[in-house]
Amino acid sequence: MNIFKKSIFTFLFSLLIIGNVNADKIKIGTEGAYPPWNSKNEAGKLIGFEVELAWSLCRYMGKQCTIVEQDWDGMIPALIMRKFDAIMAGMSITAERQKAISFSQGYADEVASLAVMKGSSLEGLNTPAGINLTKPNSDAKKALKTLTGALAGKTVCVQTATIHQNFLDSGDVGNVKVRTYKTQDEVNLDLASGRCDAALAAAVAFSDYAEKSGKPVVLTGPTFSGGAFGNGVGVGIRKGDTELLNSFNKAIDKARKNGDISRIATKWFGFDASM
Amino acid sequence: MDFELMVNSFPKLLNATLITLKLLSVSLIIGLFIGLFFAILRLNKNVFINRFAYGYSYIFRGTPLLVQIFIIYFGLGQIEYLRSTIFWVILKEPYWCAIIAFALNTGAYTSEILRSAFQTIKPGLIEAGKSLGISNKIIFYKIQIPIAIRQSLPAYGNEIILMMKGTSLASTVTLMDLTGVAKYIISTTFKPIEVFIVAGGIYLFMTFVIHNFVKFLEKKYSFNS
Repeated sequence: MNIFKKSIFTFLFSLLIIGNVNADKIKIGTEGAYPPWNSKNEAGKLIGFEVELAWSLCRYMGKQCTIVEQDWDGMIPALIMRKFDAIMAGMSITAERQKAISFSQGYADEVASLAVMKGSSLEGLNTPAGINLTKPNSDAKKALKTLTGALAGKTVCVQTATIHQNFLDSGDVGNVKVRTYKTQDEVNLDLASGRCDAALAAAVAFSDYAEKSGKPVVLTGPTFSGGAFGNGVGVGIRKGDTELLNSFNKAIDKARKNGDISRIATKWFGFDASM
Repeated sequence: MDFELMVNSFPKLLNATLITLKLLSVSLIIGLFIGLFFAILRLNKNVFINRFAYGYSYIFRGTPLLVQIFIIYFGLGQIEYLRSTIFWVILKEPYWCAIIAFALNTGAYTSEILRSAFQTIKPGLIEAGKSLGISNKIIFYKIQIPIAIRQSLPAYGNEIILMMKGTSLASTVTLMDLTGVAKYIISTTFKPIEVFIVAGGIYLFMTFVIHNFVKFLEKKYSFNS
């Protein structure tokens, strides 16, 4: 065997070893750009509710974990292509996503809301405080009608591949001009610049931005849950990875029972968003 | 491989290609004028004018196109004063921000291509014109510019192809061009390979057409024919 062949074999063999070492560790993918769910501090370290929760869940599973960063729009493809084993990235459990991946039970839930700049004509819409779209009651239907009228011809900005984009695309609020952005940061920037008449995202994403930037961003209309907004946020796992799914479910049970999820959620959200 | 998805996404991607072509053609036309203008400035003997034109091409050739788009779109959008001026009517629209970035970028490269083309024109040709009593202005428009354009065709063909691929960055400022729609389809199907293969195929086909068109022009205006 010549040296060339030998070095190739050595290389492949070393890959095999590295692969085996990684098999014991769980790799968790997160976005690192959706505070307070997950974000990065000034030093570039991943922080946030899900990062802390992930460490807690891994302790309960008795496994070693690494948390890796992945752009939001490539999150599910990256999971399927085995770049990591689980998603914890504020990803809501929706029927559409369940066609591609499995979800653990939900660990947290949090409502979505429209946001506008103070002084906008869309401020203070006359709607109930919150609507659930799973089985919309008459109040919810009326609220959607009000929104359809108010948003007609307006530009509403959302992060791409989110439940918020799905909701606007569903036509429940008529024909709005939907603009999609790679990150929530960019949505916030364009809301503040006035390019967007309104933006739709998790309500806390806006309050977090308003607080940190000092910009007069205000919530308007009802808070949304259910329907296109899914049923809580869970851990995304490859289909067929039942063992990992079960151990995540058990760990979430334990963490919930011991009050860990509530504690961490209250720390990051300012209220108990656990479920 | 999900071939059904590839077939289904093809018409949507083709539709989005129209936006890509529109972005490309508008920015190339504006960029060509910018490029010609700055190439002429580069040939000027005045140091300040010369340096100014050089600075422009240096900055736009020395920074990534993505950074330029972000500065024009997100950066200028941050300046509160600007939003109260007439410029905001244009800068508010992602389409025009993309066009401005693309035109300025391709203008910088085009100015370099045209400048070097002007400089390769043999002095004898200009002298011949002068000896026939043709005015400097007419020599410039009827001799120098046509020869420079012919000389720069191969390099400019490359620039068109680079720019065509560069338009994919328009999707970063929310435009639904070929790449933007491809990303949108992926966001609902979670199958990037299939969709990007189709999108890549369309880009490749556009390159094929541009390449052959420029080759045809080169032959048609060849000096040897």
